[in-house]
Amino acid sequence: MADSTTLDIRQITGRLVLEGTSQVGRLSFFVLDMLRGLREVRIWWPRMMVEAWNIGAGSLFIVLLISAFAGAVTALQTGYQFTGSIPYYVVGTLVVSSIILELGPVLTALILAGRIGARYAAELGTMRVTEQIDALESLGRSPASHLVIPRVLAGLIMIPALTVLANLSGILSGWISVKAVLPVTDADFIYGAQYYWRPWDAWYSVIKAFFFAGSITIISCYMGFNTQQGAEGVGKSTTTAVVTSSVLILVLDTVLTRLLLNQ
Amino acid sequence: MIELHAIEKRFGKQVVLNGVEFEVREGETVALLGPSGTGKSVLLKTIIGLIKPDHGTIIVDGKNVGKLKRRELSELRSQIGYVFQNGALFDSMTVFENVRLGITDQDKYQNLDYVRARIAECIRLVNLPADTIDKFPAQLSGGMRKRVGIARAIAGSPKYLLYDEPTSGLDPVNADIIDALVQRLDDELGVTSVMVTHDVRGAFRVADRLALLSEGTIVMQGTPQEFLASPNAKVREFLERDFDNPSFAA
Repeated sequence: MADSTTLDIRQITGRLVLEGTSQVGRLSFFVLDMLRGLREVRIWWPRMMVEAWNIGAGSLFIVLLISAFAGAVTALQTGYQFTGSIPYYVVGTLVVSSIILELGPVLTALILAGRIGARYAAELGTMRVTEQIDALESLGRSPASHLVIPRVLAGLIMIPALTVLANLSGILSGWISVKAVLPVTDADFIYGAQYYWRPWDAWYSVIKAFFFAGSITIISCYMGFNTQQGAEGVGKSTTTAVVTSSVLILVLDTVLTRLLLNQ
Repeated sequence: MIELHAIEKRFGKQVVLNGVEFEVREGETVALLGPSGTGKSVLLKTIIGLIKPDHGTIIVDGKNVGKLKRRELSELRSQIGYVFQNGALFDSMTVFENVRLGITDQDKYQNLDYVRARIAECIRLVNLPADTIDKFPAQLSGGMRKRVGIARAIAGSPKYLLYDEPTSGLDPVNADIIDALVQRLDDELGVTSVMVTHDVRGAFRVADRLALLSEGTIVMQGTPQEFLASPNAKVREFLERDFDNPSFAA
């Protein structure tokens, strides 16, 4: 009995390792294909502009709304923890740093992993199961330059841009909210925000957003592209794309914090 | 000329193709027959490299498809029009944009005057009304979608046309229209065609030669008359389904 259990664990581990290695290999070829397709600017440029508009215009409201609430809650909780022994201007520091370093980029990425990631995986998955991707290939055209590059590049441009706007929305909302719970003046808030401010923080926020954008767009396009078995497969790809890119965002968040804020 | 030698393909434990030998000569129309699920579409997809066989060689115009580089494969595909079973039209594009994608020469693709004229010609060739070009695939019937798929396949003036079940899912009237269209295109355009189908009646009407795929191998290749005279049990079994059907005689 013990032997068969050991064997099962070995088999399962072996299968998982093989499957993982094969996925990494296929993902590498997928990215390689994408890089090759970059030469076909005439093909991907107009499609990228359409995708960029779809991401920007379609996601702006939800991104601003959620970051505004995140900023407000951060400010209110800061107010709750203030006992009077800490100078009020520190609130400005806390709100701005929390939003720019963590909440802005991570919340935006997680929202967009659900919104854009699911959409990309479902679109490409449906195209795969209805043979539209095969049709493109049969016409001697590259699916990478027609379908993948426009989506990935649009994400790489628009997700960092949305993150900057989310940061501004969160800070503004935090600023307004904190004034409702603490006797903080505008001058206090601005002083606190500037006191610990380092320009690198803004770059750090955008760099994180850029990596998150890469993980959302590439993973969801890859999952959609490799969809199998009809409608059920499309559902599976979509779920896997959102879950994988969300987990990857959290892993990247930790790794990038260690690498970029290591003093 | 298309030649397939010793083609083998399996998906997991299921053997789909098991040593297929098949050839299509210049200018002829060959119907690849067989019951559903016998690997006819898989075989057709191996010809343009959409599915790679596990073993065997595919030669199109003297070129070994399995050994072509990416660019060479792309050039070869531009000479082959592929009509997908359900049309495989891009649903976010109009018929105009769908058919335009079939123009594989990039200079012609960018020339809007040529594009408009060519698309109008292809739409006329497949007997669709001129105003179809502004519609989206979702606004078309199944038969019209298949015809748009054919228009896209011929837009690049290919040397070969591969049809994957062009009449499946259609009522007999629409199936007849598509069969007549395939026959007319073969005559007018002078292309070499391979038509995968399980519709014996349509195959007998359209094809110069037939091939029956069963249990992973080509059981028989020959003219319609040779098929009718064949004593092969699998051929008889497959044909008798339709011989019993009164519409076959008509």
